[in-house]
Amino acid sequence: MHRKLGAKMVDFGGWDMPVEYPASGGLVKEHLAVRSGVGMFDVSHMGDILIRGPQALDAVQWISMNDASKLQEGQAHYSALLYPEGTFVDDVIVHKMGQNDYLLVINAGTREKDHSWVRKNVSKFRCHADDVGDYYTQIAIQGPKAQATLQKLTNIDLSQIKNYWFKHGTVCNLPNTLIARTGYTAEDGFEIYVPSDVPTSERVWNEVTEAGKEFSIVPCGLGARNTLRLEGKMALYGHEISDTINVLEAALDRYCKMEKADFVGKAALEKVKAAGVKRILVGLEAVDRGIPRDGYKVFDAQGTEIGYVTSGSPAPFLKKNIALAYVPPQHSEIGHEVFVEIRGQKVKCKVVPTPFYKRPKKA
Amino acid sequence: MAYPKDYKYTKEHEWIQVKGNTATVGITDHAQESLGDIVFVELPKVGAQVEAGKSFGTVESVKAVSELYAPASGKVVEVNESLNQGPEAVNQDAHKAWMIKLELTNPSQADGLMSADDYEKYVAEEK
Repeated sequence: MHRKLGAKMVDFGGWDMPVEYPASGGLVKEHLAVRSGVGMFDVSHMGDILIRGPQALDAVQWISMNDASKLQEGQAHYSALLYPEGTFVDDVIVHKMGQNDYLLVINAGTREKDHSWVRKNVSKFRCHADDVGDYYTQIAIQGPKAQATLQKLTNIDLSQIKNYWFKHGTVCNLPNTLIARTGYTAEDGFEIYVPSDVPTSERVWNEVTEAGKEFSIVPCGLGARNTLRLEGKMALYGHEISDTINVLEAALDRYCKMEKADFVGKAALEKVKAAGVKRILVGLEAVDRGIPRDGYKVFDAQGTEIGYVTSGSPAPFLKKNIALAYVPPQHSEIGHEVFVEIRGQKVKCKVVPTPFYKRPKKA
Repeated sequence: MAYPKDYKYTKEHEWIQVKGNTATVGITDHAQESLGDIVFVELPKVGAQVEAGKSFGTVESVKAVSELYAPASGKVVEVNESLNQGPEAVNQDAHKAWMIKLELTNPSQADGLMSADDYEKYVAEEK
């Protein structure tokens, strides 16, 4: 399908995925379309785990760090699955589908690991965890014109769905389709979950394309997805979060509810909190000419290596070279200068507030 | 985009146009297309020596860094400074947006590189 659109493809976690669509103008055009109009992404590689049963809530509370008891039916939130060490199995979006019914949307690269980890950790509860990822094609429609685009294709009044809430409705004549106001672009938008058979997926893709035509919708690849999420400081597994990075280091503690009942990783995080972290995630902006990229080393003014870049790239909307990096807390103050080594040269960068990009509030 | 007949081409997707003992060097249209939006070009200083087959700089798109390989050896006599401010010129017309000019050590060194026709075949096979 994407090849028909002339996409450049790449293997991503075992999925053959489009990086960018030269026909839509390439990565930068795709990125800007999402910031100013609308873009669409095939994100079917994301995994889906359903947890159902009389103790589904207890199970979700045990395996994830956010407080799912606060969720109402039709509401979702950002959370994470943790190892006993307080480090990440994965980050997830938890959707409360019904009283005893939760949907966890997980990453592609970690799908099998996540599923076996979830099954193992919910086994003491009366519930069942099913990997239902193969049943759905997930399409993200993102940007200020996302609502106007999708509204043409559904009977649900989308203006009634708040950020991080979802509804079921008819989309492209497909009844009972999950429509969530979620995304990974730091922009307004929706994610829809449609049956994964090829004719249906292609039909929906084409209908969204047609509906978005008047707003100059473009198909977007993984490249733009990455730069959009980076501008919004959204974590990517294997970069900002991993099995060796804990919640406090990743500065995701506001999604981690220490006051709720016990959960995997809690005890370790209490210890980390008491002792203080040795490194913390900061946002960097290059002051001198140069592009900090994933894995580059970070140095202090004296030339001592102090950390590394987890994700770095030119930011197409902000038109700056930005990065996320782990550095010791004493180097994390806003305005602090550090140096990123780029092909042997130390390029001056400064710590800046994050997220780098925040979408304008609706008038 | 047509590949100029009076240029020679490398397997690493640079072009070289030789005039007497000087030469102009850039990257091919195929290269710019594969790289995508070019946002940064790092070139040597005037007076630097470059060696055939060795890196003389880098070109960066939003998503990746690529080395630039010299099609021939020589001394850098001019650098296209306008690419510092406007690297997107390479995307717009890669065969005009030159990067460096060289005083060639051996003016016939580039003779063995690919012709426009050979390069087009080479690119077609690579796809």
